[in-house]
Parts: sequence; structure tokens; C-alpha cells
Amino acid sequence: MAKKQYAFYPGCSSQKGASASNFVPSINAMCDKLDIQLNEIPDWNCCSASIGYGEGGQLSRLVLNARNLALTEQHLPGQDLVSGCPACWLSTRETTEKLQQFDSLMAETNEALKEAGLNFKGTVKARHMVEVLIEDIGFEAMKAPVVKPLEGMKIAGYVGCQTNRPFGIAGESFENPQYLDKMIETVGAEAMGKFDQKVTCCGGALAFSEPDKSQQQIRDIVESAYDHGAEMIVTPCQLCQANVEIYQSEINKKKGTKLAMPVVYYSQLMAVAYGGGVKEAGLDGHIIQPTKLLDIANKNK
Amino acid sequence: MNDLNKQAVARFQNNFMREVEERVEDGEWVKMCMQCGVCAGSCPLGPHWEHSPQKIFRMIMAGKREEVLRSDSVWMCTSCYSCIVRCPRKLPITHIMHGLAHYAHRLDIAPKGQPTREIAKIFWDNMIKTGRVNELKFSLSMYFKDGFMQGIKNALGMQAVGLGLMKAKRLNPMEIIGGHKCKDMDGIKKMLAKAKEIEDRRQGFTS
Repeated sequence: MAKKQYAFYPGCSSQKGASASNFVPSINAMCDKLDIQLNEIPDWNCCSASIGYGEGGQLSRLVLNARNLALTEQHLPGQDLVSGCPACWLSTRETTEKLQQFDSLMAETNEALKEAGLNFKGTVKARHMVEVLIEDIGFEAMKAPVVKPLEGMKIAGYVGCQTNRPFGIAGESFENPQYLDKMIETVGAEAMGKFDQKVTCCGGALAFSEPDKSQQQIRDIVESAYDHGAEMIVTPCQLCQANVEIYQSEINKKKGTKLAMPVVYYSQLMAVAYGGGVKEAGLDGHIIQPTKLLDIANKNK
Repeated sequence: MNDLNKQAVARFQNNFMREVEERVEDGEWVKMCMQCGVCAGSCPLGPHWEHSPQKIFRMIMAGKREEVLRSDSVWMCTSCYSCIVRCPRKLPITHIMHGLAHYAHRLDIAPKGQPTREIAKIFWDNMIKTGRVNELKFSLSMYFKDGFMQGIKNALGMQAVGLGLMKAKRLNPMEIIGGHKCKDMDGIKKMLAKAKEIEDRRQGFTS
């Protein structure tokens, strides 16, 4: 079967040595088994994330995203731009929609892009990796490569904000999306369907500037996962993963709690269920060890 | 009053609504607010805002220019987009909050030392230097933003977190001397300068 081709926009946090550097190995291991080929956009730049607005004006932010879209159009024609990072996806998709809606913004954007020798015609679609999995691959095909079902694992599916709002996954609700739970069950684990912090904000970029307020959000998320009997949290978001994992020790220090809930990406679950080892699944990149998942990854088929 | 702010006051007289419509991202939507309060109830940091989006919109309509632009509240947005998806009139509230914060910062009347304002600037300056975020330098600039001694204290406070990340290979000490970057930095810089020039002209900052 011919592999499905996509223009891949990894984003800053997924680079080697960055805060989500263990995400890409798991995505690669997963895509390999699903006949998905990711072609990295040459010389891609930062999307300006959800905090770029302070200093950067609207047009500057549109132009940054349009540059990635223009590079995709030029070097990877006909391919959808796919990002695994919700912030990258959101910024890029917002840009495509704004530029389609307002001819004047498209003209201004192209006037600026010309300075970098680029032009954007508006033909690229910006998509999230999860959309590709659900819409182009489907749950049945996602199940097919499972060789090590994650039997007996109890997992809280934490969707977070930007994978879910304002665009979300087609056909899903903003308040209680089901797809992540379905993905957890596809690989043989048990989803904690009543986990009530599924779409709660982890504080996002304000984890840096408003640590106490954000850590309260994080505490609510982790405690709810415990309350619902979960052994692990799974998320599609790089910032959710980092915030919810990293700050548990800070919360423990300040509040005397004993939080130690592992937080992994959906792609790590799939990589392990598909037979991947510790490195392939990026399980060597955690501060709170996902012990049970590590055991399965280390077990022979 | 600084020059940019003086010019803005002279240009828009007492019509703050028109100023927001012309200069704030998605500002033309503000008049659509019907004061239902769903945004205020949906915001994760709601309890910490002095002025919820609902209040901010009413204040704009009432011409409370200083109070809005000097408000700490427009900097409390986590970009969770809950308000956007729940607004019955589909106002792009998140964008308007970002737009107001940006405008207040642009005029340099946003609250001094507001932590989100500070990290937003650090983030942007960091990112446009290489086209990609250098997380190590970003963290260090944040810790040291209030001076050297405070920086040491902050860094020591977060030492366990930093070492944990380094051990997991998710924070690279070598990024201090380089790190990831885009090849066409010249093009990116020119493109961003052009974007600023166009937007400044459109919004009447320059003729």
C-alpha cells in the first residue's frame, strides 16, 4: 500500500533536546505502522504560540504562519500541513481561515512574504495529527497493528484546550469529546470515561507567569485522575504534557500533596501497543516514570 | 503621557469604541456583546480577574479607555478558548483579549511588571532571533528578568525541575551557545519588518 504523505510541522517544543523531544520518536513509530509518511517542512519557523500576541502584532503572527504554509505549498505540493502540537496547529489553521476570509489580509501577508522570496496561494489545509488518525486512518486501522494490547491499564484521557477548542475534531463536542477515550480503548486499555477534568485548562503559557494559579488547575486535573482510579494521564498536547507532569513536584513541595501521576502522549500508548520499545516510544523522556507502560514496552511480544 | 498614547488620544478623541474597532484585533466584534456573562463564568482564571471579558466589553462601550488599557485582567488569558466556543453570539473573545493586551503594550500603558506581559515580550524576542524558540534561554531570561540575585533565587527554586528535564533530555544545556535555528533568518527578519510597517500604516501609527 502506498504511504499517505503529509507535510510535517513538528514545532519548537518537539525538537531534539526541547521540552517535548520524546514526542517525535513516538509519532514516528506510530506512523510507521500506519503507513503514514511525514515529510518535514524545510526550514519551518515558530508559529508564535499562544503568547506571541503580547509583542507581535496580528499581521506579524499571520506572516510567520503563512511562511510555513508557503514553504509547504512550494516544496510539498498537494500535501496537508500536519502538526502534532495543538498550538502550532491552531495558529496555522487560524491563519488559513483569516487569509481565506479577508482578501486584504491575504494581500498584506503576501506583500510581507515577498521579502523572504515567498508567496502563499492559499491551497494548503492545516490539520492536527489526531484528525489524520481519525479521519484518514480510522479506528479500525488504528487497531490493526496492535500486538501488545495495554490490558488492565486504567487511563484518564486528558484532551486539554487547544486540540479541542476553538476548532476541535469534527463531530466531537467541546465539553465532552470522546475520541481520546476511544483511542485509549483501541489499544486495549481502559478509559476513565467519567474523568471530569478532560477539557480543563492546565494554565498554558501562564504556568510561567502565574505559577500559583496554573498549579491549582494542574492539581485539580491530577487529583481528579486519581479520584477516578486512573494510573496514568494521556494527552494529545505538548504543553499539557509538560505542565501537568513537571509541576506535580512543585505542588507537592508547596502543598504537601503526594502527586506522582505519569503523563504520556497518545502516540506513546500506540507505539508501545504496536510493539515499540522504550526508546521508540519516547518513554525515556519522563520525569514521573510511567512504570506500567514501561513494563509492557520491556516485555517480549 | 507618552507620544504614542498622546497621538491615539488626539486621533480618536473620546471615541474609545472606534479606537478599539480600528486598532484592536477583532475589535469590531465588541459591540456584539449582549452581556450574558457566559465568558466570565467559563474562564479558568475567572476568579482572579478584576474585570471579566464581559465587563471589559461594557467598559469599552462606556468609553473607559484608561481603565481598560491599564487593566491587569486582559493579561490573564490562558488561551484556552472556552469563552469563544461558549459565546452565544460567537464573539472571538480570546482574540479580542489578546488584541487589547497587545494594544495596551504597544502604547506602553499596560501595567508595568505584569508577569504575563513580561514573558510575552521575552518569548517574542527569543523566538525572532533564530526563528524558533530556544527554551533554555527563554527559561533563563524569565528567571533573571528581575535582576541577578532574584534570578539566582528563582533558578535555585526551580533547580529540581530543571535537572529532571535535563536528565530526561528535554532541556539541553548546550542551547546556551546556539541551538536550533532557521536558515533563512535574513528573509524572516525582513518579512517581519515589512509586516510591522504595513500594520503600523494601516492602523495610523505612521503615515
